[in-house]
Amino acid sequence: MKIMNCPLNGPRNISEFTCFGPVHDALDTQSISDSGWSHYLFYHENKAGIIREWWRHTPSNYFFIAERHTVTDEIVATYSPSELPRTESKS
Amino acid sequence: MPLTLLKYGLKRDHVPHREIPPTPDLKRHYDVVIVGGGGHGLAAAHYLSKYHGITKLAVLEKGYLAGGNTARNTTTIRSNYITNQSIRFYKEAVSLYENMSHELNFNVMFSQRGQLTLAHSEATLRSFHLRAEMGKHHGTRISVVDPRQVKEICPHLNMDERGQHEIVGGLWHEDGGTARHDAVAWGYAAQAAKRGVEIHQRTEVLGFDKVGDRISSIRTSRGTVSVGHVIQAAGGANEHVAKMAGIDMPIRCFPLQAMVTQPLKPFLDTLVSSANLHTYLVQSSRGEIVIGGGSDPYQLISTRSTLVLKEQLAHGALQLFPFLHNVKLLRQWAGITDMTPDYTPIMGASPLKNYWLDCGWGTWGFKATPVAGKYMAETVANERAADILLPFSLDRFEKLALINEMGATAASH
Ligand SMILES: Cc1cc2nc3c(=O)[nH]c(=O)nc-3n(C[C@H](O)[C@H](O)[C@H](O)COP(=O)(O)OP(=O)(O)OC[C@H]3O[C@@H](n4cnc5c(N)ncnc54)[C@H](O)[C@@H]3O)c2cc1C
Repeated sequence: MKIMNCPLNGPRNISEFTCFGPVHDALDTQSISDSGWSHYLFYHENKAGIIREWWRHTPSNYFFIAERHTVTDEIVATYSPSELPRTESKS
Repeated sequence: MPLTLLKYGLKRDHVPHREIPPTPDLKRHYDVVIVGGGGHGLAAAHYLSKYHGITKLAVLEKGYLAGGNTARNTTTIRSNYITNQSIRFYKEAVSLYENMSHELNFNVMFSQRGQLTLAHSEATLRSFHLRAEMGKHHGTRISVVDPRQVKEICPHLNMDERGQHEIVGGLWHEDGGTARHDAVAWGYAAQAAKRGVEIHQRTEVLGFDKVGDRISSIRTSRGTVSVGHVIQAAGGANEHVAKMAGIDMPIRCFPLQAMVTQPLKPFLDTLVSSANLHTYLVQSSRGEIVIGGGSDPYQLISTRSTLVLKEQLAHGALQLFPFLHNVKLLRQWAGITDMTPDYTPIMGASPLKNYWLDCGWGTWGFKATPVAGKYMAETVANERAADILLPFSLDRFEKLALINEMGATAASH
């Protein structure tokens, strides 16, 4: 079974977590164009390497950040969103 | 026939007939290069060479012929989608399958046995009514059936009366079917090769050179070729190949897993699917039960498999057919699928003038192999996206004009 280290609850079975997709920059909703919206909504990181994602520990409803390698599926770091911005781990 | 067989058997230097010639050297120039030798790329090569007279054409495949998702798919063919654009398109896909063995002079074993999608709740049943009405409007064979009819169509199903997964009805799609995936790819390849199309296996596209807004040449692991037009049909690698051409795609990679059991006597003569259980089953012509389901829960660019997903598939299969409990699994695998936000492909024009997209086929593209090939060929021959492809263009995301097929795709591929 794959284990994920929750910053709040410690190491837990991966089945207790839900992935919410790659982190991206917040939007300036006042000035954004249609194409800006389109990119914000539909174009997400798909690189082969370490990406930064939103995850939730479902039973405690705690949201956090995980850095995960999209080829090896290795979880390299998990931390509280309050630590953002933080330099991404190198792939 | 037996006499010929005897003759060849006794002949010492008999050279067997090869449908697909060995990979030749790369030429300096091709009128059209197709990136990706899966079903889609090969179908486009067939249509271009047969109906548009374009034969200075090369298909570049980084691995072996049709070893990507074409080799890994569970071969559900159907047109019971929910939007006008999709139903029209997939309906033609189904009718091209009906004639495919004839068109290719190759038996693709198309078996139009019908697809039964199960409802375990009133809410699902209501959405089935909508899909049935949409389908009837377009002239496809589709209807909502009650539990008694479900039992008639598929007598071995566990109806689970008053249980947690009680079957309260179904969506019966008589046009649905299945075909032999390798035969489809092989049939197109053989036809195209016969007309002079070059199929280059073990030839990876590594980059593109541009002049203005056109691709001028393609860099490959076996040398560089100059090119008139490019079709991109690279399956799970679509987002990455597009990036090499400088094109951003709203695509992310997710694994999709499947498995087959040991062969059993024929008992299942329809395709059966349940979105609630994330499971669908079909019995192959060899008797094996092919079992598939939903995608992995998070993105990954790897064909590794997981026990969790296999357990989910087994759970769903046993819920529907409890008597399978002693059956052994023979094989299991995964493919990397190129998922779009609206579960609809991206076809037609790109920001580059001579670069054409046949992408975003995710978990549902095998059924579209002939129809995508036909219209991608027409598109390149006319240097303009075919009308039927216009709704599927890349710029629908900029226009916020998505074609949402998530509800009609999910576990039914
Ligand atoms: C487990 C599973 C079950 C599925 N079930 C169904 C189903 O029941 N019904 C259905 O309709 N669809 C299904 N699908 C989806 C379907 O398999 C695909 O959408 C379809 O096969 C796509 O065909 P293709 O030719 O576009 O891609 P592929 O068959 O993947 O071919 C693309 C080719 O491009 C090559 N390539 C990639 N990068 C490069 C490069 N840089 N240079 C050269 N070549 C390159 C690859 O090696 C590959 O052979 C399923 C998929 C999976 C994984």
